[in-house]
Parts: sequence; C-alpha cells; structure tokens
Amino acid sequence: MADIYAYITHHNGVADDSALELIVAAQKIDAGAAVTAIVTGSGAELDQVADAVAATYPKVLKFGSDALAYPNAEVVRKLLVGVLPADAIVLVPHDTFGMDLAPGLSIKLDSTFVADVVDIEGVEGDALKVIRQEYSGMVSTHVSCDISAGAVVNVRPGSFAPDESKSAGGTVEDKSGDIGDLSAGRRFLEVVEAEVGDVDITKEDVLVSVGRGIEDEDNIEIAQELADAMGAVVSCSRPIVDAKWLEKSRQVGTSGQTVKPKVYMACGISGSFQHMGGIKGSPFIVAINKNVKAPIFQVADIGIEADILEFLPELAEAIGDL
Amino acid sequence: MEILVCVKRVPDTAENEIEVNGDGSDIERDDLVYSVNEWDNYAVEEAIQIRDNVGGSVTVVTVGDDESEEVLRREMAMGADNGILLTDDAFEGSDGKGIATLLKAAVEKGKYDLILTGAQADDGAGQVGGMLAAMLDVPYASLVNKIDVDGDKLKVGREIEGGNQEMNEISLPCVLSIQTGINEPRYVGIRGIRKVASVDIPELGAGDLGVDASAVGEAGAKVKRLDYFVPELGEGAEMLDGSTEEIIAKLIEHLKAKGGLK
Repeated sequence: MADIYAYITHHNGVADDSALELIVAAQKIDAGAAVTAIVTGSGAELDQVADAVAATYPKVLKFGSDALAYPNAEVVRKLLVGVLPADAIVLVPHDTFGMDLAPGLSIKLDSTFVADVVDIEGVEGDALKVIRQEYSGMVSTHVSCDISAGAVVNVRPGSFAPDESKSAGGTVEDKSGDIGDLSAGRRFLEVVEAEVGDVDITKEDVLVSVGRGIEDEDNIEIAQELADAMGAVVSCSRPIVDAKWLEKSRQVGTSGQTVKPKVYMACGISGSFQHMGGIKGSPFIVAINKNVKAPIFQVADIGIEADILEFLPELAEAIGDL
Repeated sequence: MEILVCVKRVPDTAENEIEVNGDGSDIERDDLVYSVNEWDNYAVEEAIQIRDNVGGSVTVVTVGDDESEEVLRREMAMGADNGILLTDDAFEGSDGKGIATLLKAAVEKGKYDLILTGAQADDGAGQVGGMLAAMLDVPYASLVNKIDVDGDKLKVGREIEGGNQEMNEISLPCVLSIQTGINEPRYVGIRGIRKVASVDIPELGAGDLGVDASAVGEAGAKVKRLDYFVPELGEGAEMLDGSTEEIIAKLIEHLKAKGGLK
C-alpha cells in the first residue's frame, strides 16, 4: 500500500476538526498505516498547528513560507505536486478549500480523484471502495476507485468520528527547505466578512427555517406569522437566499451561519449535508415536508408529512389560540 | 471576451423524488423531469452578462446524447451564441476525469479566454472544472460568486465557510466554477426556445476531438459507481400521524416540552 497523507486545514493557529477525522478515514483504508500529516502556513501559527497535530499523527511535515500564509489552493497544489510521491494516497477535507485544491491536484499527480466521501469500506487489490451521496443526499452509492497510481480522496467533514483516546506522540519535520517555485496565476487579495443582518440567528433558541418548499417569495410571510406566534425567528436554507427572498445573514449552513437553537423547525427543507452542517448543539428538530423521502426525516426528531403552505398557517393559528 | 460554458443535463431534483430502482443498478428514470444543472444556469447567465458588458461571445458545450442538445438550445435561448455537442458511444460511462479530458479537447479546438462550469452537478462531486484547469495548465477558482473584469485579469470572489467571501485576482485564460446566487438567471420563454430551434449545433465525436477512445468512457474510467442504495440512518424521525388537528395537538405538546413556545 502506498503512503497515506492527510492535508491539515487550520485557522488562527488551530487545526480544523477534520484533522482528527482524516486519520480515522485513513485507517479505514489501511488499518496499519502510519499516516503523515501535511501542514502548510507561515510563522508562529504554523508551528503551533504542527505541534498540536503531532498528538494525532505519528509524522507531521511542516512547510512554512510567506506565500503559504493564506491557503491559496493554486499555491498549495503546486507545493504538494513538488513534494508528494506520485503514488501517494492524499486525504483532503471536502470543504471550500479542499474542493478548490483536490481535483486539479489529482490531475497533476496523475492519480485518481474521488470527491465527498462519507464512508470507506476498504481496499481489495487496487480498488478502494467508498460510499458517496448523489442528488443532494437523496441516494447513496458504492464507488470503486482504482488507486494503483495513487489517489486524492476528499472526505466529507463530520463523517468520521474522531478517536481522541490515542496519542500519537508524533514528530514534526520542518520541510520548508524543500519548497520550490510557488508562483501561480491566482493571487489572494482579502477575505470579505459576511454582512451582519437585522437579526442574529446564531443567538436564537427557536428557529422557523424555510427551504424550497415555500415556493414563492410572498409565502415567506407564512413562516414569519408562525415564528411570531411561537416567539421565534425565521431562518432559511440556501435556495431562499439565492432567490434573494431573505438576507444572507438568515441562511443556516456551512456557507451561511452556524446556529445552536433548542428547537429547529425545518419547513420544506430537504436537509442537505451543507445545511445540516450549520446546525450544532443537537437541537430538537421538527421536519415538515411533503416529500416523505427527504433526507431531513432521517435526522429529525419529529417528522410531519405535509405541505408547509397548508400546515404552517394552521399551526400558527392553533398556537395563537393557546 | 470569448467564453465557453460547460453544462450538463440532469434530473431536476426540485421536480422529482429521486428513488433507487428495483435492483439498485440505477435511479428510477421513468417519468423523470430533466433540466439543465442549476449551477450551470448561473454560469451561463454570468457569461452572458460579461459578454454584454465587454463584448465577445458565449459558447455552451455539453457531453451527452441528442436529448442533451435540448439543454444547449435552452441556454442558447437565454442568450448564448453557439452550442457544441460532444457525442459518441465511446463517451458513455466516463468518470469526471473522462469528461474533463473531452472538454479539454473541445477547448483546444477553439480559442477561449474564460471557461465556466457549475460548481457541482447531480453527483455532487464538483470536480470537472478543477480537473479541466489542471489539464489546460491555467489557473482555477471554485465556488465563484462574484466576477469583475479588469483588463486581462479578473477579480473573483469565492464563497467560503461562514458566509464569508475570499477575493482573488486571477489571470486569463482561466477556469472558474460558478456558485448559485451569483446572479439571477433570466427566464426563458417558449418564444425564445422557438427562435433557436433550427440553429445548427455541431456534433463532435472521438475522432473529431482527437481523443483516444480508450482514455474516456467506461474503458478509461478509474472511478466506477457500483450501485445505488438508500442507507438506514439511525431511527429517523418519529412521524406524527392522524388528522391535521391531531398532528398539531401532538406537535404543540412536543414544542412545549422542548421550549419551542414562548
């Protein structure tokens, strides 16, 4: 089996949760693998992350350069192509950075790419068997990948439960001297922070959240009336913001806000992993959807098969009458 | 600016319940409504807006069969100038790399400054744009939700976690994958579709593209889908049933108990 590497993402000197998850995924590919972590960045933050990651990985390779201070995927890819063996198996978190990096990395390494893996069944010969989802999580698939010439495997964040019981006591090797030319046709300029909206859904205990099932901008009012009756606030899933029916600050999900309510009313929301990724703290989830096969029913506590356009007004009225 | 937009015909998940067929070999395709991949529609709209601002042309390309030609016509009715259909029995069963290989060959038959794809399609992989850029050896940015043209460079915004936006400068030619919400795609009426109904759409096969048929399609695929299934995920929700009044009464009890009513 080829060597397995895990690319560690980090922010403000702290490794992302995916650092703990990727090694679990790696060990499902090869139980005995000595997985090597790769950390790129610059300055004290890089040192801090590399040292912390050594508690999880037996070997950590550290690459420091001003050009790597911000993780520009085009620059990181160039670095990795220069330092990884061609047949490496490289695990990358399937987040907005990993999606930017990995497909092109696989081409430059002339290896196989598989995206957004939610589980790994193992390796038989040259075939790595994984589980993916298609159609926004409505169906799953087993996928076979030929890894004989190496592979880049993007792993969905949150899919592999971290094992924090073991301590690797790993070593950190500074490989900054191996860094070659990092010039790229794309230059990072700045991060523009999300605009603050009129309400802060991250601080609310009860959210009435609407998705595609609301069908029309005028129907947002139905959700607002229920929220008013409940003393709650209206939030939403991505399609509602794409349609510009509600402000971006009301969007729950990995590309929106991370919320920690006590009660989450998912109304006409299918429940994609990007949406569920924005809900933390195990709230009591009520799913109301006319499609009984919507993935949201798998994660909700209470499910109601109904058309929200009919159900929500009746619920609002009943609560108003209490 | 000469712009190429890569599009795909997919089952419309807003219009269909996607179910696995009897033996798990495919999804149930009878009566499925197909449309252009939602992300691609935003990419075509963006290309049209750029062309209208700075001049040039918009070409839409897809890999598929005769039915995929309808998707090209729909995007031409939106305002794309040209369509190209990459079609050959040898292309069937291509994995992401196979599709990127075909698109690369199509790109090299023209001269494009900017190539757009949707950020992802029905399989949720989001891989073809990044692969195509690496094969062409041009810069790439994914999940793009803003584009400003600035001479021979673009200023692009990428959607990153937490609703933040990562701004980059990228040189042309380049490949960008477009995120939904970047614009408001225009409506295509039946009249618009009629106007382009008889426009010639060239078809290119393996020979025309000069691709080795064994490098694409089923034969070249290193990533193969084995089956479709619906996983059992825990216990799932407790489904409330009965009349609407009964359901509401039960739900209110749950909400009271969990602090959902103030």
